[in-house]
Amino acid sequence: MRRPKRPLFLARAPYRRRRLRDAARLLPVLGAFLLLLPLLWTPGSRMALTSGDVVYFFSVWLVLIVLAAAFAPGLRGGEGADDEED
Amino acid sequence: MAQHVLLIEDEPNIAEAIRFLLTRDGLRVSHAAEGAAALVLLRQDPPDLVILDHMLPGMSGLEVLTAVRADPESRNLPVMMLTARGRDREMAEAAGADRFMTKPFSNAEIIAEVRTMLGQPRQAP
Amino acid sequence: MPFNLLVLACFLYVAFLFTVAFLVERRADRRRLGWLRSPLVYTLSLSIYCTAWTFYGAVGYAARSGLEFLTIYFGPTLVFVGWWWLLRKLVRIGRQHHVTSVADLISSRYGKSNTLGVIVTMLAVVAATPYIALQLQSVVLSFGVFASAAPDGSRPLEAGQIAVWVAVGLALFTILFGTRNLDAREQHHGIVTAIAVEAVVKLVALLAVGSFVVWGIAGGVADVIARIDAADLAAWQVQPGRWTGLILLSAAAVITLPRMFQVMVVENEDEGHLARASWAFPLYLLGMSLFIVPIAVVGLERMPAGANPDMFVLTLPLAEGQAALAMLAFLGGFSSATSMVIVESIALATMISNHVMIPLWLRLRPGAAEEDDLRSVVLMARRLAIAAVLALGYGYYQLSGGSAALASIGLIAFLGVAQVLPAMLGGIFWRGATRTGAILGLVTGLTVWAYTSFLPSFGPGAVLPETVFADGLFGLGWLRPHALFGTQAMDPIIHALFWSMALNVLAFCLGSLFTFPGPVERLQGAAFVNIFEGAVGPQRWARGRAEPEALLGMAQRILGEETALSLFQSAARAQGKEVFLPDPTPAFLDQLEARLSGSVGAATAHAMISQLVGRATVTVEDLMAVASESAQILEYSARLEAREAELTRTAGALREANEKLTQLSLQKDAFLSQISHELRTPMTSIRAFSEILTEGDLPAEAVMRYGRIIHDEAKRLTRLLDDLLDLSVLENGAVQLNLGLASLQGMIDTALTAARQTRPDRDFQVVRDLPAEAIYLRTDADRLTQVFINLISNARKYCDAPRAELRIVVLQRSGRVTVDFIDNGKGIPKESQALIFEKFARLTDANRAGGAGLGLAICREIMTNLGGSVAYLPGQRGAAFRVTVPLRLERLAA
Repeated sequence: MRRPKRPLFLARAPYRRRRLRDAARLLPVLGAFLLLLPLLWTPGSRMALTSGDVVYFFSVWLVLIVLAAAFAPGLRGGEGADDEED
Repeated sequence: MAQHVLLIEDEPNIAEAIRFLLTRDGLRVSHAAEGAAALVLLRQDPPDLVILDHMLPGMSGLEVLTAVRADPESRNLPVMMLTARGRDREMAEAAGADRFMTKPFSNAEIIAEVRTMLGQPRQAP
Repeated sequence: MPFNLLVLACFLYVAFLFTVAFLVERRADRRRLGWLRSPLVYTLSLSIYCTAWTFYGAVGYAARSGLEFLTIYFGPTLVFVGWWWLLRKLVRIGRQHHVTSVADLISSRYGKSNTLGVIVTMLAVVAATPYIALQLQSVVLSFGVFASAAPDGSRPLEAGQIAVWVAVGLALFTILFGTRNLDAREQHHGIVTAIAVEAVVKLVALLAVGSFVVWGIAGGVADVIARIDAADLAAWQVQPGRWTGLILLSAAAVITLPRMFQVMVVENEDEGHLARASWAFPLYLLGMSLFIVPIAVVGLERMPAGANPDMFVLTLPLAEGQAALAMLAFLGGFSSATSMVIVESIALATMISNHVMIPLWLRLRPGAAEEDDLRSVVLMARRLAIAAVLALGYGYYQLSGGSAALASIGLIAFLGVAQVLPAMLGGIFWRGATRTGAILGLVTGLTVWAYTSFLPSFGPGAVLPETVFADGLFGLGWLRPHALFGTQAMDPIIHALFWSMALNVLAFCLGSLFTFPGPVERLQGAAFVNIFEGAVGPQRWARGRAEPEALLGMAQRILGEETALSLFQSAARAQGKEVFLPDPTPAFLDQLEARLSGSVGAATAHAMISQLVGRATVTVEDLMAVASESAQILEYSARLEAREAELTRTAGALREANEKLTQLSLQKDAFLSQISHELRTPMTSIRAFSEILTEGDLPAEAVMRYGRIIHDEAKRLTRLLDDLLDLSVLENGAVQLNLGLASLQGMIDTALTAARQTRPDRDFQVVRDLPAEAIYLRTDADRLTQVFINLISNARKYCDAPRAELRIVVLQRSGRVTVDFIDNGKGIPKESQALIFEKFARLTDANRAGGAGLGLAICREIMTNLGGSVAYLPGQRGAAFRVTVPLRLERLAA
């Protein structure tokens, strides 16, 4: 199906918004990477429970939440027919 | 014995007026307010003349007339139809009405018509 | 702490929840929800993810397996921070297609197949039952902690009794607030708010216990960190497979768990709420797990060796003499258990009633769609289902004897519902996914899960004989439940996860690749996958042969009279018609189906409409034709659509006008002779009696009597002339209105009294709703009363029921009041409904006597002048008229 009238290049503001969406889509990937990373640190794929681990995981968790909170307001607006496009 | 007229009319005031006029003229009048009752009355106490209103609740006047004509007993019974609307005349005559009167009528007129139909000489009031 | 005090606290707490739910439902009825529909409440309601299993069990989990408990929270966190990618689409689909449950989503996507609905329902019930049992067990255990701590050692209630009472109480609450009405969108504001309150309670409880442990028992953060490093927990070793697998598993479960789907998609009010929840819900989870490790570490240090770490949240404060804190923790755990059970049982009950009970009912009674009051049938089915779900949970608890085996059931249940994931994700991202594929995938996944995870969870020898564990099914070594195909080295849950999901996805993909989808399936697939591209063109119904009246009847029995009527009315208006009944166009049938599916699920709604419409769904050929056309048309579609809609409207209006004109011209002659008749009849009496009187010679009483008759008939003549004059004034809009405040009840009283003169001999039952009538209107009271008198007199005159009854129903909404007059006669035939408001239009042929036939025409003109309307209300069994008036009529500048 051809889509009528879709501009090839975008103005600055919509362009920013689309990149923001890209970032939001990548956020779970980043999170998964950070949460699986400790598995590679310790030799023999063993990770002992130390306070360091606890602090690390909670910090990653908090960073994810802060990033999501930062993206969320920007993503809510601009619901158009071409939402899913890049 | 006095001759018998069956009056089929749903407007009580009109019925009362006609009954008064005919009774005063020496006729016996029985009255029915709608078609089904009238047909029963017709069989129980056969009249010499029927005065039939065109617009009745339930069975319409034309339906009553058709029923009267369908019965061999009353096939030749004289029937006078009353109506308040002009264009009903042809339909009434087609259904077999002998005379036809339009409301409002004058009293003298209706008495004269009834007498003619009953074959009595006109009496001076 | 006295045990009775504990029971009392529970009662008070539950009573408090009842009150909250009740107040919210009341506000919802008045459509004043306000902040109750905020993203905050939405986020808090999502917290039913944290059940008693996480509230108590997380500490035990941490005590046994170190940081692994975090995986249960990491999965949902990853899903929620990635909401833009997945959740948003799910919620949009849920809202647009009126999805009522996971089963409904799957069944609707794959061609409204009820088979799929039944499979998913079955899966959900099997997976959820042990989970509900687990919640009951946690409540019983926490009671037990207090009971054993009681000094006199007396135990007023046995564990089994507690479980019974908890189950009964929960069933009652759920039935009361979960099946109050059959909302078109299956939303339960009262319950959602109660869940949100419980979310706060459990978070506060856990934070309070945690703070006490960190700053009350241990010496602050630094001390706790030191203790963690010193604790035995350090011996725990992470297994990479388990760590990754559990994150994936909990991520899958958070989307597919019936209760999560219920609060996340079905109860969602506004897609925008997801944006807030995307970070707020992970934050909530963070708060819930913040103190788990400290509590576990300190608990292991302080408590005696044999103490159950699952109960540390309760036993630690108790051991330290903090009774109030322990009570708070107890309520937190109680909240976690109850909220989970309530929402889970609603979600399951919706599935069971929509996909199992109602289809069965419709099959057993083929005429049911047209006859029965389906609303009450559906509601009753839900209630029974809720009771059944809870009874199952209780039965499972009794059977398993509250054993430790339950503790591992959480993950097993997760894995069970996760089997829906391939069909769900495939359904919303892959147009090629087919019904057969989905069925194959689900059945394969379900079987593998049951064999490798669910059945073994009862222990060797319980369901599966021990020989099966040792030598495999039928003695085949590669079929051992914990070592399928010889994969012995894997952790049991990861083993089950790996094989069930792998085989599920494989069967799903192969099944989809090698089968051809039916037309409805393809349409739904396109509609789901391309949900953001606006409505997909082709419609699901070819023009049907359905009688709109029958459709209305059916809709009323499911949606309720008011909702159904307003739906039909707005559809009729969109088609450019002024009456209540729209034509059964494909677009309208689509709209109706969508609304019905919000109440009874997509598959049932589709089946019911097919029953009335006959076979009118599209075929593959229709689809192909539409598809090739739509490719060309797409560019112009917006313009064309607008034009077509306008054409349809105009055509509808023209058709209606033409119908009316033909009918009216037939009546033109009748109209004239009617006036003649109405004038001549009183004239006849007047003329006859006045002639009689002029002749004189009458007794005095006769003179008086005839004089009165003349007088009455003259009055009748005047009235007729008044009516004619009234009508012409009203029609010209030159009427003088007397505006003022007047009580609706007063007007109806007056009208009833006045109308009693019509056929005073008749015994007439009037049913009123006095409280609803207590409304003051700013209008012309005399004129409005005139309309009421007319309608009531008509009912007295024409209602032919042996025990005549008139219902007066008053409803107020958005600045307008509707007053319905509904009698129990045989009503007005459809072909006459458009005519009765015309002048002299009397029903049946013109030869029937009665009033002048001006009444309804005058009523209509009056209502137009009062800024309202009067219309015939079809589908009410008897004759029914609806008067609509504005609450406040402002004087228009003439």
